[in-house]
Amino acid sequence: MINTKNFTVFRRVFSVFIALLCSFVIIFLVSEEPVFAIVQLVTGPLRSVRNMSNVIETMIPLIFTGTGVCIMFSANQMNLACEGSFHLGGLVAAMCAIMLGLPPFISPVIAVAAAGICGAFYTSIPAVLKIKTGATELVSSLMLNYISLWLATYLMMRFIRDPGVGAASLPIPDSAALHALISGTRIHIGVIVAIGAAVLGELFLYRTKAGYEIRLVGENEAFARYSGINVVKVIFLSQLIGGLIAGIGGGIEILGPIYSRFSWTSLLGYGWDAVIICTLVKKKPLYTIPAALFLAYLRTGASIMARTTDVTLEIVQITQGIIIMLAVAEKFLEGYRMKLVEKEAKDNLKKGEVL
Amino acid sequence: MENDIILSLEHIMKIYLNGTVANEDVSFSLRRGEVHALLGENGAGKSTLMKILYGIENPTEGKIILKGRETTIKNSKEAISMGIGMVHQHFMLVPSLTAAENIVLGAVPKKWGIFIDKRTAVKEAEEIASTYHFNINVNEKVKNLSVGLKQKVEILKALYRGAEILIMDEPTAVLTPQETDELFVQLEKLKENGHTIIFISHKLDEIKQICDRATIMRRGRSMGTYEVSKISVEEMSRLMVGSELHTELKKSDDALGEVKVRVRDLQACDPLGVHKIQGIGFDVKGGEILGIAGVEGNGQAEVVEILTGLYKNYTGQVEISGQDTAPLSVKQIRKLRLSHIPEDRMQSGCAPSLSILDNLFSNQYDGSEYSGKYMLNRERMESRAEELREEYLIKCESCRQNVGMLSGGNIQKVIAARELSTEPVIIVANQPTRGVDIGASQFIRKRLIDYRNKGAAVILVSADLSELLSLSDRIAVMYKGKITGMFSETEGLKEEVIGQYMLGILHQKEAGGVES
Ligand SMILES: Nc1ncnc2c1ncn2[C@@H]1O[C@H](COP(=O)(O)OP(=O)(O)OP(=O)(O)O)[C@@H](O)[C@H]1O
Ligand SMILES: [Mg+2]
Repeated sequence: MINTKNFTVFRRVFSVFIALLCSFVIIFLVSEEPVFAIVQLVTGPLRSVRNMSNVIETMIPLIFTGTGVCIMFSANQMNLACEGSFHLGGLVAAMCAIMLGLPPFISPVIAVAAAGICGAFYTSIPAVLKIKTGATELVSSLMLNYISLWLATYLMMRFIRDPGVGAASLPIPDSAALHALISGTRIHIGVIVAIGAAVLGELFLYRTKAGYEIRLVGENEAFARYSGINVVKVIFLSQLIGGLIAGIGGGIEILGPIYSRFSWTSLLGYGWDAVIICTLVKKKPLYTIPAALFLAYLRTGASIMARTTDVTLEIVQITQGIIIMLAVAEKFLEGYRMKLVEKEAKDNLKKGEVL
Repeated sequence: MENDIILSLEHIMKIYLNGTVANEDVSFSLRRGEVHALLGENGAGKSTLMKILYGIENPTEGKIILKGRETTIKNSKEAISMGIGMVHQHFMLVPSLTAAENIVLGAVPKKWGIFIDKRTAVKEAEEIASTYHFNINVNEKVKNLSVGLKQKVEILKALYRGAEILIMDEPTAVLTPQETDELFVQLEKLKENGHTIIFISHKLDEIKQICDRATIMRRGRSMGTYEVSKISVEEMSRLMVGSELHTELKKSDDALGEVKVRVRDLQACDPLGVHKIQGIGFDVKGGEILGIAGVEGNGQAEVVEILTGLYKNYTGQVEISGQDTAPLSVKQIRKLRLSHIPEDRMQSGCAPSLSILDNLFSNQYDGSEYSGKYMLNRERMESRAEELREEYLIKCESCRQNVGMLSGGNIQKVIAARELSTEPVIIVANQPTRGVDIGASQFIRKRLIDYRNKGAAVILVSADLSELLSLSDRIAVMYKGKITGMFSETEGLKEEVIGQYMLGILHQKEAGGVES
């Protein structure tokens, strides 16, 4: 039964449903074999262990950046430098792994830690610029993302290039690589770290003093200042932590079994996706897990469909777009909700009269 | 003419999306040319009803009959076109625009149909201001205006659009007595010109003064409409609350404690360089309430901001509990057990989109009671929030509800609960009972007195002179950034006398002087 309590969940599911429906209609319009394409899209990810593994692999980086963005946006900072943090995190982890020559266990830990620190540093740049010069974080962070791309490419070429391969680094040594947990898949330890990050992120925002301060500053800066909160410090901290998580995500991604060398010559877009996820989950880090899973499923399905039929990958963009639009459209299904609410309230009033 | 009904509302019910039944069954009708009061406790549903009439909310059930014809009002644009105007409880102005631009907003005069004609806008805004004798510089940006002036801009905005029925949701809550009197003169004129006015206020003497009839609301129901001349203030409050109201404010006569707040030679400019405070000094001892009276904008707000650490650009000496506050942050000052009830509850007093719970602890979440080194103790916060909700009579479904959903008076109660629940030693209260109903006002006042009796130093800034007179041990009047009158005896002091000091007609020689 749909009631006022589970309504939000219902609305979310329903908007996903509508978005899928729209995509199906488009598939019918453009495809020669629409039914097969849709079957591939919907059931493809479940059809083999490898496909299922693909879903999980795609989910991992999304959870990291999603959680990072939830924390950064909670302070009301439209800082998009997560993308750059993720990218640089990948590079720095690769560099540490390749150049330091540390023993197993220690090597990946140090590499990922360095990636996190670097990511934190990167997202804090727009915050510092804003605090010191008043520059809008939205613009400066967008610019910084391009810088991160070319900076990473430069550092890779300069320090860890494999002369034999062109635009890629030397192979990541075995001592640093994160191996698959389950044989036959590429699911690695990152999945546990990612879920841990989302859970800790949730605890951080909603159960710690620092998280409380971030939310106060994000919702009303004047109120936070009046309450005695050091607004500048809080903004800075929130951006550091968001970037830290994104950087860790980048580091884990590059050390995982998907990549054997650092070969990212364009931005991977996980920072953008994180904004989508953050919007879907209303800044609640815990919910980034199902949201990332869903997005990963959709993408895996779409890429299977693109491989096996005449429908292109871009169909996912449409589905995503519709879901986001419906998620932010507060008034969607409002009339229906109102009816539910009214009915319950009137029932209560009647009961009150009887008593 | 007498019984010419211009508008009637029949059996209005309003259920909000979160299930709150704000109006259960409300009916009343308006006669053309009357001033009709809506009375009721905080959360009784007055603002909701008015939002329905102004097209901001849709009624769940019920009929609106305007000039004999049943109508639906879908949005405020329609309401305006039907001749309904509204002055909201909380300001609906664009802070970055000038007063003139705000006044003409929505009905902007255009040049050749496209360009906004600024000069005409200014001219028309000035015209309407002078027609209604509102003394206001229409070229000033709204964000630089005092609360009282913002209120005037709101009223002018409604009048500019040609409101035949003017809804005023607690317009006097932010006005000084003089401003209120001025407003009433204007309302009388509007009435003569055939305007009909719905007037909401918690101040019953105002209702007595200006209104013809009053409809009383209780818990979302209308309890009947009365001729104001035939009903006493006591009866009104009994009908609103459902029981008699008796709280006596008892001040103890204990000796004063040591000086808790010490101000010397205080001078300050606002960010634009205007001299707001021109050399004032005073002491407040433990166990006394210093009332600060003054027309809005004469430096009281600045004194409050400096005392509480929010504004640092001053010269002179300010000491709280013997410590110079110049190098201290807001938090450090609050750690000296200072509490601050701010003037503008929506702007700096709360975060509307956070829960009541979150709003109740912004000043104490880091105390050992509610948190460890890093973690918050949610359970303890929750149980404490429930206690405060009961103690301060906050009307809500649960403490997880967003503060923004509460009625105006209940938001004020949340703020008072937060600031007065920390066992403060110094209390700076700026308009603490603004918009709060009689019962809850008495309660907040009683808390202030209790703290005074327990030895706290209280600085009370209020536009409500009777509140000032009944609570304060001493009263300072501020005029143009100076203390022009300091009364160490409030017994027998007349409101009119204070009023004359507030307007600068009278002043004591020792301006800003500190008594021995
Ligand atoms: N947007 C909203 N969503 C949910 N509930 C609301 C909303 N606005 C008001 N309420 C609830 O409706 C009830 C009536 O509120 P309303 O603002 O009409 O009271 P009021 O009589 O104007 O009180 P006050 O004197 O404090 O201004 C309150 O219990 C309030 O919490
Ligand atoms: Mg109200």
